[in-house]
Amino acid sequence: MAVKQLPSSRAVIALLAAALLLYPLILSDPFYRDVGVTFLLAAIAASAWNIVGGYAGQVSVGHSMFFGVGAYAPLLLYTRWGWPPIAGIPAGMVLAVGLALLIGAPTFRLTGHYFSMATIAVAELIRIFFGTWDTVGAAIGLQGPATARGWWDLTFRSELPYYYIFLAALAILLLTTAAIERRRFGFYLRAIKASERAARSLGVPVRQTKMQALALSAAFTSVAGSLYVVKTGFIAPDSGFGILISVQMVIVAALGGAGTLFGPLVGALTLVPLQTVTDNWFGGGGSGLTYILYGGIIVLIARFEPGGLFEMWHRLAPRLRKRAHA
Amino acid sequence: MVVVQVIVGGLLVGAIYALFSAGLTLIWGMMNFINFAHGEFVMLGMYVALLVVTWLGGGPAVFSVAAACALFVLGVGIYLSLVREVIRGPMLAQILSTFGLALLLRYTAFFVFSANFVTLPQTSLTGTIELGGIFLPTAQLVAGAVAIVLTISLHVLLTHTAVGSKLLAVAEDPAAAMLMGIRPDRMQALAWGLSAAAAGIAGALLATAYPWSPSVGETFGLIAFVVVALGGFGSVLGSLYAGLIVGLIQEVSAFWLGAIYKDIVVYGLFVALLWLRPQGLLGKA
Repeated sequence: MAVKQLPSSRAVIALLAAALLLYPLILSDPFYRDVGVTFLLAAIAASAWNIVGGYAGQVSVGHSMFFGVGAYAPLLLYTRWGWPPIAGIPAGMVLAVGLALLIGAPTFRLTGHYFSMATIAVAELIRIFFGTWDTVGAAIGLQGPATARGWWDLTFRSELPYYYIFLAALAILLLTTAAIERRRFGFYLRAIKASERAARSLGVPVRQTKMQALALSAAFTSVAGSLYVVKTGFIAPDSGFGILISVQMVIVAALGGAGTLFGPLVGALTLVPLQTVTDNWFGGGGSGLTYILYGGIIVLIARFEPGGLFEMWHRLAPRLRKRAHA
Repeated sequence: MVVVQVIVGGLLVGAIYALFSAGLTLIWGMMNFINFAHGEFVMLGMYVALLVVTWLGGGPAVFSVAAACALFVLGVGIYLSLVREVIRGPMLAQILSTFGLALLLRYTAFFVFSANFVTLPQTSLTGTIELGGIFLPTAQLVAGAVAIVLTISLHVLLTHTAVGSKLLAVAEDPAAAMLMGIRPDRMQALAWGLSAAAAGIAGALLATAYPWSPSVGETFGLIAFVVVALGGFGSVLGSLYAGLIVGLIQEVSAFWLGAIYKDIVVYGLFVALLWLRPQGLLGKA
């Protein structure tokens, strides 16, 4: 399954890293920087989902539960005790891991579809529950510091600091995933995805591995939620736990290529500009059309290209190269 | 008396839950496949009813049958064009296919019909009936009764007819069924048609009694998951009992705790069920 690293791919990665580092400096218009930040957030969330949904093949459609926990934790600590929102990031991670262990224990006993169903239901349960819970602002949600009390509140007027903070988070996540790919844990995950029964018979600790993958994925997804809220300074049940948050993670990863290191990046690189364009074209009512587009793309990937754009490229690239030489 | 009214109301809405959930469980039983767009099928059934009433006129019998027919065709079409192919693919593709379909149908409905709540114009079922001191909307009573009859009919179809035997044979072992001269492909297409038709007619029945908007599909889809998990995967009769139970729990908790808590209680039940009996309350391990 593992695609062998070609010598040229190192150059591609270096080029990609340079492009990401320089992007907001070259395109300094706030609009482009905002698109960049949105892209990074989508890539972080999808890469986090990718650990359990892509590599281990356990398709969660309820990852918004971890995103939401990560988003609420900083603002809850801020509104209750005046903590700077950044201090809530580790708190969110701890809560998300706890939630992952709680959810994983029962749901991992059954087959893939069942896991997906269960994750949707749990995320919906939490969303509705937060909508009625006064401590977290019920349906209105929570608000962060309006004006910065110091740099540690991370409320910047410019998009630039957020861009680099998000980029650093993405880099850490991708390095972690790359390390997993090469280790025994990564081989366990792919074995489970290929066939759980075969993996178990070869001595892979299936339950334990799936739980670890879900916990790791949850922790990073929670970071995505925290980063989102540190930037926007506002969270409500729908923007934290809404089903479309989960859907976006799945579609971004699946479009690029679920279970590949750069798949979510490719997916975000394709989808975020596309979404920006449709939102601009269709104005305020654009979000509805955006989701029609999302639905259509998902159906088409599932039907014709289940491996995503990445796999399509691997299949088509040699043919194109041959044609170029001929 | 109020309590009796709440209980009867819960059972009547539960009967409709049972009908559309029976459709979901049929597909699961046939091919171990969860249709994430099933709630959207119910939603489409409601709009088909509305369109038939406003364009062609006709009573509940007409638009219910129209909804069933329209969704039957849609179900068969989706099987032939999408599900038949993705079922051979990886798990991710299977889940994504109907999930994407759900988004497509839901937001197309938002686009075409807007997010506003709508109701059917007055039908022959408008009004209330008094039954032994409790007052029930006629539409709810008729819809609930019809739903129970149809769910039982589906069960009888599966267990007591030749077509039902063929369906069950394919569910058991497609390869062996093929050796017996049954074409699994056709039976699975039929199952998708029946499943979608059950959802469509349930939608039309719901439309006679309740207002709705395009977002109801999500709620009904989740309710169908809960009912199927409670009744056991693949059991039509199980989903009848479970549908009635879920409807009852919903109405009773709405009455005692307040309307916003009714879904929390139902989804909470689902999560509790996952922990305690993942094979379903009535299902076999």
